[in-house]
This record gives sequence, C-alpha cells and structure tokens, in this order.
Amino acid sequence: MAGIRFRNVSFSYGDKKILENFSLDVEDSQIMCLLGPSGCGKTTLMRCLLGLNKPETGEIYVGERCVFSREKRVNIPPERRGIGVVFQDYAVWPHMTVLENVCYPMKKHGLPKDEIAGKARYALEQVRMSDYAPYLPSQLSGGQQQRVAIARALVSSDEVIVMDEPITNLDAKLREEMLIEIRQIQKNIGTTILYITHDQEASLQLCDKMAIMNADGSLSQIGTDEDIILRPAGRFVFEFIGVSNFFRLTKKNNSWCFHDDENLQYPGTVPDEYSSCVDMGVRPNDIVFDDSSQVRGKVRRSVFLGSEYNMFIDFGGQEVRVQRSTFDDGAGTIQEGADVGLKFLNPVFYHAKEA
Amino acid sequence: MNQVVLRHVTKRFTTRTMGTVTAVDDFNLEIKEGECFSFLGPSGCGKTTTLRMIAGFEDLSEGEIELCGRPVSIKAKNLYVPPEERDLGMVFQAFAVWPHMNIFDNVAFPLKIRKVAKKEITARVKEALRHCSLDGLEKLYPSELSGGQQQRIALARAIVTNPKVMLLDEPLSNLDPKLRETMRFEIKELQRQFGFTIIFVTHDQSEAMAISDRMMVCDMGKIMQIDTPENLYRHPNSRFVHNFLGESTFINVVLRDGHVFPKGDDTQPIDLPIPENAQSEMVIATRPNAIRLTKDTGYITHIEKRIFLTDKTEYLVPVGEQLVKIQTPHRVVFAPGEQCGIEIAAPGWYPPEDKEAIAERAKRQIF
Amino acid sequence: MFRRKNTSDLAAMEGRRLGLDGIMTGLSFVLLFIIVVIPIFMIIYNAFFYQGKFDLTLFTSVIFDKENLKAMGNTIIIAVAVTIFGTIMGLFYAWLLGRSDIPAKGFMRALFTIPYMFPPFFGAMAWDLLFSGRAGYINRWLMHTFHLRTAPVNINSLGGIIFVECSYYFPFVFMQVVSALERMDPTLEESARIAGARQSQVIWKITLPLVKPAISAGALLILISSLAHFGVPSILGFSKNIFTLPTMIYALINRSGGSFEGIRQGTALSILLVAVVAVALVIQKKVLSSGSYDIIKGKSMRPTLIKLRGAKYPLLFLACLTLLVIVVVPLVMIFLVAMVKAYGLPLVWKNFSFSNYQKVFASPATMDSIRNSLFLSVTAGVVCMFLGVMIAYVINRIRPRGRNVLEILSILPYSIPGTVLAIGVILAWSGAIFGVTLYNTIWIILVAYMARYLSFSMKSASASLQQVNSSLEEASRACGATHTESLRDITLPLIKPAMVSGFFLIFLPAMRELTTSILLYGPYSRTLGVQIFALRDAGMIPQAAALASVAIVIIIICNAIVTWITKDRKGA
Repeated sequence: MAGIRFRNVSFSYGDKKILENFSLDVEDSQIMCLLGPSGCGKTTLMRCLLGLNKPETGEIYVGERCVFSREKRVNIPPERRGIGVVFQDYAVWPHMTVLENVCYPMKKHGLPKDEIAGKARYALEQVRMSDYAPYLPSQLSGGQQQRVAIARALVSSDEVIVMDEPITNLDAKLREEMLIEIRQIQKNIGTTILYITHDQEASLQLCDKMAIMNADGSLSQIGTDEDIILRPAGRFVFEFIGVSNFFRLTKKNNSWCFHDDENLQYPGTVPDEYSSCVDMGVRPNDIVFDDSSQVRGKVRRSVFLGSEYNMFIDFGGQEVRVQRSTFDDGAGTIQEGADVGLKFLNPVFYHAKEA
Repeated sequence: MNQVVLRHVTKRFTTRTMGTVTAVDDFNLEIKEGECFSFLGPSGCGKTTTLRMIAGFEDLSEGEIELCGRPVSIKAKNLYVPPEERDLGMVFQAFAVWPHMNIFDNVAFPLKIRKVAKKEITARVKEALRHCSLDGLEKLYPSELSGGQQQRIALARAIVTNPKVMLLDEPLSNLDPKLRETMRFEIKELQRQFGFTIIFVTHDQSEAMAISDRMMVCDMGKIMQIDTPENLYRHPNSRFVHNFLGESTFINVVLRDGHVFPKGDDTQPIDLPIPENAQSEMVIATRPNAIRLTKDTGYITHIEKRIFLTDKTEYLVPVGEQLVKIQTPHRVVFAPGEQCGIEIAAPGWYPPEDKEAIAERAKRQIF
Repeated sequence: MFRRKNTSDLAAMEGRRLGLDGIMTGLSFVLLFIIVVIPIFMIIYNAFFYQGKFDLTLFTSVIFDKENLKAMGNTIIIAVAVTIFGTIMGLFYAWLLGRSDIPAKGFMRALFTIPYMFPPFFGAMAWDLLFSGRAGYINRWLMHTFHLRTAPVNINSLGGIIFVECSYYFPFVFMQVVSALERMDPTLEESARIAGARQSQVIWKITLPLVKPAISAGALLILISSLAHFGVPSILGFSKNIFTLPTMIYALINRSGGSFEGIRQGTALSILLVAVVAVALVIQKKVLSSGSYDIIKGKSMRPTLIKLRGAKYPLLFLACLTLLVIVVVPLVMIFLVAMVKAYGLPLVWKNFSFSNYQKVFASPATMDSIRNSLFLSVTAGVVCMFLGVMIAYVINRIRPRGRNVLEILSILPYSIPGTVLAIGVILAWSGAIFGVTLYNTIWIILVAYMARYLSFSMKSASASLQQVNSSLEEASRACGATHTESLRDITLPLIKPAMVSGFFLIFLPAMRELTTSILLYGPYSRTLGVQIFALRDAGMIPQAAALASVAIVIIIICNAIVTWITKDRKGA
C-alpha cells in the first residue's frame, strides 16, 4: 500500500501554464477524488503521475519511491511506475480476451504462471466478470468493458490506481452502480485510488476525501464530503458544487441592505468580519416563501419538474432561482405572477467580488 | 375544438425474430386546439410510431386519424393523405436541417414549394428567424452553427408555414442539459405567440412535465394514463406510472389487526390509514422527498447511511427489512447512526409486484 | 510489490527515450526519397535538360507534333465522355439499389462491383473479339444474317473505347453514391415531405444535392483513371491508329526499340500527360474540399423506399441486362475463345479443345510470366505492407516535423499515370544514379510497383491506426510493457487486419498490372499482363484468351480468399 505525493509540480503546453507548483498528498488506502472543471489540468496531473507527460519542475512519489524528480534527474518510464490506470474510453485491448487483458500486466512484470492465474481469478471476481473470462471485449457492454479495465488496473498494481473519468461514457443508471462497485472493491482490497472527474455528484458519492481544483489549476479545498458540502472553503467551491444565488449586501445606517436600498433590509445577521459590503450565497432550496417577510419578489416563471418546482423570482430586477419540493405545504398553489415573501435559510458569506 | 383525434389506432409490425408485435394497441386520443400534449414512455412503448402515423410516414393497421377536423388516415376506407398534404410542422431529434442550403433557404423551402410570392417569402422568413432569435444569420450554413442554433433553424422552418399542429420528436435530446432548459422555454414562448397545438414525444419525464399541459404515459404499446403533469405525478393510477414519473420509494407492508407493519418488523407499525380493498400484503409507494425526517415522531428508526449530493442530502434508513431512501435539503443534518423518525404523507397503495409484467418488458426491450 | 525485471531506476533518466522512433522516422524519409523523389526528379530533369544544359527544343518539338496533339485530344475526349456516361450510369444504379424497392438488391450490388476485380483490358479483348471490324463474331453474324456489306458496329473506335472504359469505371460513382445514400439521415428527406415537397421534388431538391459530394468524388476518380488509362485504348486503338497520350508514349518508346532518344521523347510527352492529369487533380482537390457536409446523424432508421410499382420489373430487367452485358458477356467470351482451336472458327462444339491451354502451359515464357507476376505481387505486397505501416505510424503517432511531406510523398505516385512512373523509373535506374542498372531486370518492375502501390497500404494502415486510440498503448505502458513491447503486443495486432487487407489491395492489382510493366519488362521479366498482351499482339489470340482465363481464375480465387479472411474476424 502506498500514498501519492506531488511536490511543486509544474507543467505547461508551449506558453500555456497548466500546473504551477502543484502539491497534493493522497493518503494511503483512500479514495481521493480530484474534482475540477474541464480544462483545469487534472488530466495533465494524472499523465504526469503515470509518466506520460514530463513535468518541468517538482517531484512525484508513490509510497516512498520517487518516480519523478527534476533535481535528482529521476524519470521512471511508465512501464516501471507500478500504477494501475483506468481510462475514460476503457482502453481494453480488443484483440485479447477478458482473461488475456487481465493477465497481460502480470506477464510483463514476470510473475510465475500459477500466481498469474490466481490473481486474475481474484480480480475478475472482484469486478463480477468471472463468467466472461473467455469473451472478447467487442462481445461486452460498455459497463462490462470498464469492469475489465478496473480488473486489469487491480492486477497491475496493488498499491495505487488512477481512474480518469471512468464512468463518463456510461448511462446514468450504470454510473451509479459502478460507483458503488468501485467503493466496494476499494474496501475489499484497500488500494489507494486517485479518481479524477469533473462530476460533482460522482465524487461526492465515492470519495473518502476530495480535492477541488480551481479553473487555473490551483487547489481550492481538500476535505471530506461533509466538509465540502457543509463548510465550503470559498466562493469557488460553493458555486462549483451546486446551483447558487448570490446577493450583494451593503451596509447602510448600520444595517445590511439589498440593492443599495436602505428600505430593503436583510433580516438576518452577517458575521462581524465584514464591514461595508458582502456577497451572500444561498442555494435554491434554501429560499422559502414566508408571507411575513419584508423581502418580496414576484414569481416570473414556475416550472413543474415532478419532484420539485423550479421557480424564477423577480427580486427588484434580479432573477432568483428557488426550488420547492412538490411535497412542501402549499407547493403547487403558487401561480406565475404571484407576489411572495422570501426567507433565506443557511446563507454563506464571502468577500464581495469586484464588480 | 379537438385538433388531433385518434380513434382505435393500432399498428402491428411483423419482424423476423419476434413474429407479430403490436407496437401501438388501440390508441384513442383527443388533443385540443392550442394544447401542448406529450407522449411519454420508455423505448418501445409506441410513442414514436404513433407520431409517425400522425405525420403520415407510417401506415395504420387499424383505426383512423383526424387532423383539424379533416380525416387524414382511415384504414377501413383505405384513405391516406401523404405527409406533404397534412399541413404539419415537424422537428426531429437529429435537427434534419439541410446542409447544402443556407439558413434562409432552409426556412424558405416550405414557402418556395408552395409557390408563395418572392416578396412574401422574404418577409415571412425574416419574421420566422426573428422569432427563433436567428436574425442576421440568413447567409450562414448549418455546419457553421451550434446544435442549439441548428434546432432553432428547424423550428423556424416548421413555423414559417404557420401550421396548426406541430410535431416534436425528441427535439431536445441531442442538446446539453442547460440548452435544453432554454429551448424548452423558447418552444413554449413560440406556442404562446402562434397558438399552434404541440405533440411532444420524449422519454424524459421531467422534460415532459415541464412543457406539457397534458400528457399520455404509455408502456408496451398501451396507453397507461392521460392527465395533467401534476395530477399524474401526485395520483398515478399504477405502479408503472408512479415509477416512471420520478424517483420512487416502494415499501412492502403487511396489514394486521388494522395496522400497517413494514415487512420484517411486526412490533412497530407505520401510522397510516388503511385503504379499502387492501390485501393482506401491499406495497406503499412514495417518493424520497415526500418522507419527512424527524427527531422522534413517526416510525422510529436510525440513519444507516448518509450520502451528500450536490443539491440535497440522501439518507438511507432501515424500515423493517428494507432500506428506505429519503432526500432532504442540506440544512437538515443527521449524523450516521443517529436516531430519527419518519413520517409518510399520503402514499399510493399497490398490490405486490407482478413477475410476468417484468418479463414481458424485458422481452420488448430487445425488439 | 511486484518483482521488476529491471530494478535500476537510474537507467530511466532523461534523454534515453526511443531510438526506435528515430530510426523509423529516418528510414521512412530515406526510402520515400529513393522510391518516389528520384524518379520524379529524373523525369523533370530529362524533359528540360539535355547533356546538362537547359534545353527546350525537344519539349517544344514533341508538344507541337501533330500526332501528339491528336493523341492529347483523344485522351481528353475519351476521359470526359467516360466520366459523363460513367457518372450517369453509376448514379442511376446507385439510386435504384439505394432508394427504390427493386428486388434482389444484395445480389445485384455484389455483381456491380465485379468490374472492379478485372483489368479493363480483358474486357477490351473480349469486346474486340465480338465487334472488331469484319472479324468480330457478332459483327460477322449480323452481316451474315442481315446481308450487310460493312461491319455494323466498330469497336475499334473512340466510341468503342469509351464504351468499354465506361463499363469498368462506372462502379467508382456507383459505390460512392450507394454508401452515401445508405449513411444519409432519413429525417433529412422526411422533413422535406413535411415541408410540403412531393416525393419527386424531394429527390431533386434534397437527395441529389446531398449526395453531390459523393458524385463528384466518384466522377473525378473516373476522370483521372481514364486520363492515365493504357489497356483499353492500346487493345482497341492500335489497329486503327487511334492513340491516347499513354499509348502514344508506349508507341514512341517501342518504335525506337528502347533507345535513349525514344525514352527522351516519351519523357517530354509524359510531362504533357502529367499536366493534363494535374489539372484534373487540382479540380478534384477544389471540389472535394468545398462541398463536404455531414449527412450522417441521428438514430439509424431505415429510409422510406420509393415504390417503383409498374416500373419495377422493367427496371429489374434493365439492371440484369446491364450486368449481363458488362460482366457476363466479356468473361464468357474469353473462356469460349480460349477453347477454340483457331481464332475465327465458329464457336461450336466441334471446334473446342484444350489445346490452347496445353500450348500456354508448355511455353516456358508463359510459365515464367506467371511466376514473375506472383513473385512481384507477393514481394511488392509484403514490402509495401510493412513500409506502409511504418510510414503510417510515423505520420500518425511519432508526428515528426515534415510529416506532411511524408504523407504527400507516399500518396503522390498514385496520382502519377503508370506510364509516366515507368519512364521515371527507367531514367533513374539505368545507371544514372550511382551507376545502378536495374533495366531489363525484374527488380525495376518491383521498384515501380512499390512506388505505385505504397499509398494503398499506407492509407489502409493510417485509417486503422486512427481507430486505435492512443490510450490503448498508454494503458499497456502503465501495465509494465516497454515502448517496443507495446508496439508488438498491442498496436501491431490491432492493425493486423488493415495490414492483411493492405497486402491484398496491392497483391490483386499487381497480379494483373499492365501499364507500367509493358514499358519495363525485359526478355526474362515478362509479367502475366505483358505476356497476354504480347500473345495477342503476335496474333495468337486464342492462346492470349487462354492465359487471360487462367488469370481470371487466379483473381477469382484470390478475391474469395480476401472475402473469407475479412469476413469472420472479430475484435477489430
């Protein structure tokens, strides 16, 4: 078992800097999700770890073993890094059977025959593909091919597996199943998994810990799912992880107001650290209707989606998204054009962004 | 007035592997003028076949179709009006804009075919393009535009002849989710201005609910239920409709001594009124966000598992021998292992699952 | 932890990467230079330079020669006519098979591709047997039956040449258009119906314009092939002194007995032919880059077929008749004449024997030619197969600077008429470069074949490599395979089908090649095509037919093998 350490890794394509002095520790025997918007450099980071890209600076360790170091002039080629990998497009070799695919890495590592057979059997059991050993990939569905890829990664390394968006090409239902399976396999074997994705939902369901990457390639927050959801570290994380409304509050006559309007006061409290101006973030399902509230808006559009109503409220020219569960009291009685009072639950506050 | 009427419409296919399959079985429908009506169902339910019969691309095996009071297909009399004479607008999933014509020519095509005067063509195409926010792009070719814009061309081409009935065959499924929402709104907006009747085919339940005035849920070639989206969602008449319209939680229960016990727990009943005609074993159907999570009222249990999703928290709680899924906003926080109570409001009651129906569906999926 | 074969991590330091990639890149450039650049350079040099000095006299005298101008006129007339008629024919049958409810589609489709398999000069031979002046079988029969004085049909004419070329080249348009029609999204046509267009309007306003790129691609292929074509005009035209540029070049060199002066004249004329072909190529490039659009989209649904109703059986009859005339008649004719004791004897039972086959197989020259052709085709096929893979790998995966040059160089020779290429090869390998003399040996033919057919295997391997995602190779690296091992275990096996088909793409046309071999053969290096041509030229027509029928059998067997190999292959 081994963790992964990135130390001050930099990489650029031509003039375009992708990663700059990037450092990250992935703890032993954990699933770490590296989550970021597309183009943030997470795939580049994975390729650096695998040895497919060569960073300009920094060091990469797998366990205690240095696989790359600029200073020490170490750059182990991909085939000797001992990292299992699962690609988005499965990358199972179409000319080999399932069993041959899984045995190939062990043959390359020069394991004895009987050990290969035993390990292959175990890996295929783990991904529930034992019955398909003699099949060719073209006879399998996408989900099954991805299972083969996972089994192959399991036997290439029992320390570290990297997965790059492994479920993106599958349909919604299969995605959910695969997540549960990956979680289960990790529990059984205890491998360290670095899971790279832009899908917030998937990483929340899967991770022990997640690292959120900013669009510019820097890290915004590292924490458990609970940390990320209940205590987002900054505005980027809050906005990236779900749908949000933002309100600019300004201080007038010692009270916080919307839209620079003294008569439109925010009824709640704002932490003391903010002095004159603050941005308040609220999730659509944390805005509830309250007739007694002074903060009033007009329902511009209400769309029934089954489990909830999606509403667009005109609040003094600002469009506010509100989500109401279909089973809330009084849901469905509010018509388009109605005048409603708004109450904000669970707000978060960030320093005002430059306009 | 009814603008689209289907009477006993039936379509049978003969395939090499399956023999004769009834793809559409005795459909009777009346769609009103200016209505937005959706055909919703899983693949193989007959929704697309029905639409193609209305458009005139498929023959009927039985029954008749009337458009705007005029019969267009009557099997018994062998009456068949070809598609080009049905005065319909239609938008396809794959856009079907002609790549060899620029946008103006694409939209002008239906008018040119009808030999409308040149001046009028220019005016009407301009008007249609404006309504679909494509002004100024007349000279461009479809390949220079994004998927969303291509679908707008298809819409403009469909409205330029001012048809009374508009057929939309999964028009949004090739677009990304965000664009889908805006386009949905734009289609409704066009309908408001032009007053055409819409038939909208989709397999996406939330899309159907968001756009329709009324909708038909069908399954395996049969109509299951026709109603408004809210009525369908709140009062589905079958377990299939309940399940198809959104995430569902089914709890198997045993009725004993006037109490409702979850299967596997005969000590603590769930506090629910028992409907008439209930059998001794039933399934209660509810939805993850229809179950209220409390500190200590209702059926007392504990949190087995907590999963954070981007916009809600999902809790799994044991109820008898089952794990029941509950969804709450993030602000409702329970820790794993913590005691909690659940309250179920107004669930649906269905008899236990029918194994044969499941097998039948699996068979049809192959075809 | 896994045991590793090599535990030294220090060996993996920078700069060690890949001697293999470098070697392959260098080798690709060098080989293409030798095979392609040198012959082309030699043609240009010899056309404009004489004894080391720039000299246009030869060039102008050849160009303004009346006979040569006539040949150029013929070339253009034939090519344009073949293109027009071939396109119309291809289009008509493509529509019939792609969009109408005519029965027996699969069967007819297979038959329509048959002309692909056989060299057009076999067809020319067969038609010559039937319709050449007063000697042709049908002409004689017609004259006899209707008491005519002159031959009613003269195949030894421009019209005859156009007809025979047409019947062999129309599949170019047919195949392109049929596949375009099949891939076309049917909702494009359905939406036109909804817009108010009748079925016939849909064909003219939607379907035809949409397949226009496919039509022009096929038509230009016909144009270029016909401009450079040697076989048919040589067989049908020589007796009546009808020349085209390729046959004129051959005649010039042949008349001079292979002297350098003759070759120089041929060189100058080649420049003319290249110029004509170049114009066609420029048009092709322009047309193809302007009008390609994406007509494949959406759920695949079967297009609505147009009901032919009453016209169904007449059209079916017409299609069958066409097939009979262009496929069956020439083949049958060749076999019949092969059996007849002497050319001109009526085709009746008592005149049939196997004596021609005995003579053919008894002649050492014939057996040599079969052996030579087999050797050349197999060698060219194997060498080009590996060369093509290597160049394709360099272009697609290693992507060195100058890969565009590599790509152009490997595709270029295919656009050069075979006659011209042959002259280039003669000029290059008759002692001019490092004193290497291959002239009159079998090796010079091999070099020419390699240049001519390299693009086939290169394109086939390239297309296949693009299908093989680079993550497959990366996955094997991560699994512990070195770069070389990944190539051997993953990439090569995956493109093996393309390599096999690349081999046959070269083997089959090389087996029946005539155009370049006829200029390059020596006393001991006749090929099958050359031998058939020579037998016929010497008046031994039944023997030529016998040998041609042997070639037909060989070709059919090879094609069956290809179909069998490509059919049940999984995993690719």
